Amino acid sequence: MRFAVVVFPGSNCEQDVVHAARLLGFGADYVWHGDDSLDGFDAVILPGGFSYGDYLRCGAVARFSPIMSEVVRFAQDGGPVMGICNGFQILAEAHLLPGALLRNEGLKFICEEVTLKVEGHVCDWLDLPVDTIVRMPINHNEGNYVCDDDTLDALRDDRQIVLRYSTPDGEVTPCTAPNGARYSIAGVCNEAGNVFGLMPHPERVVDPVVGGTDGRHFFTAIAERMAQVAG
Amino acid sequence: MARYEIYVTYKDGIFDPPGATAERALVNLGYEEVERVRIGKYIQLAIEDGDGEDARVKEMCDKLLANPVIEDYRIERVDG
Repeated sequence: MRFAVVVFPGSNCEQDVVHAARLLGFGADYVWHGDDSLDGFDAVILPGGFSYGDYLRCGAVARFSPIMSEVVRFAQDGGPVMGICNGFQILAEAHLLPGALLRNEGLKFICEEVTLKVEGHVCDWLDLPVDTIVRMPINHNEGNYVCDDDTLDALRDDRQIVLRYSTPDGEVTPCTAPNGARYSIAGVCNEAGNVFGLMPHPERVVDPVVGGTDGRHFFTAIAERMAQVAG
Repeated sequence: MARYEIYVTYKDGIFDPPGATAERALVNLGYEEVERVRIGKYIQLAIEDGDGEDARVKEMCDKLLANPVIEDYRIERVDG
């Protein structure tokens, strides 16, 4: 199992993602945004950061990087793609995921640990049971997920909502999203389940020494799934 | 050279946090008549003369300058 971690100008979480994957025993290597091949990789991760300075809109310019046409093709062929934070914004801008991410409701950059509830979903990247509570850090200025009513209905019907911000007890209310995200959505996948975007940072909670291991599931679940498909 | 001015705004129904904050600030300053503030982007664009430049500018908006999921845009050609 080998992860491609795409580095855009302004990415700043790529080393954490590669470290997390390797810590868990997987292969992981950087792919430069100007590259044009994903040959030899089993899954793609777009890491967090501030690609292209977040100019115009977060992810709007990165979406047109040379490697992105390969990422789109990889995703359309069913290859697993995960976008974390800025990576989520890039996937939304590329229309690989529905909706968009706006400025946080309170206009503040938020850097804190949150609790999230796992929804019933079709996402390939996570295999935790419904209603499991996970703890992960968030670190963003534009994580306010929005979509129109029809899209929200479709997301619910097609089980594309993966994670919602919750209280530590797992209760989700309109107030539990620290950034104002609609329906408290923290992570969504596409209809097929192979493309997944989330604002929290799983790569930062894979080692107990830095406060938790809940993020491990996001790497191990996809690896197990890929092994089953291959096997 | 053809010159354009492009206004990008959030679609109706999309919450605009900076606009809502400016709105509250204006009301707090005593401008109680303020009912709504929406903040958008203003883009100046200069392009070489050519065929079909209006259509090209619209394409630029659809592709990059605005996100059709959340934003509307208005293009004004200003070179007469």
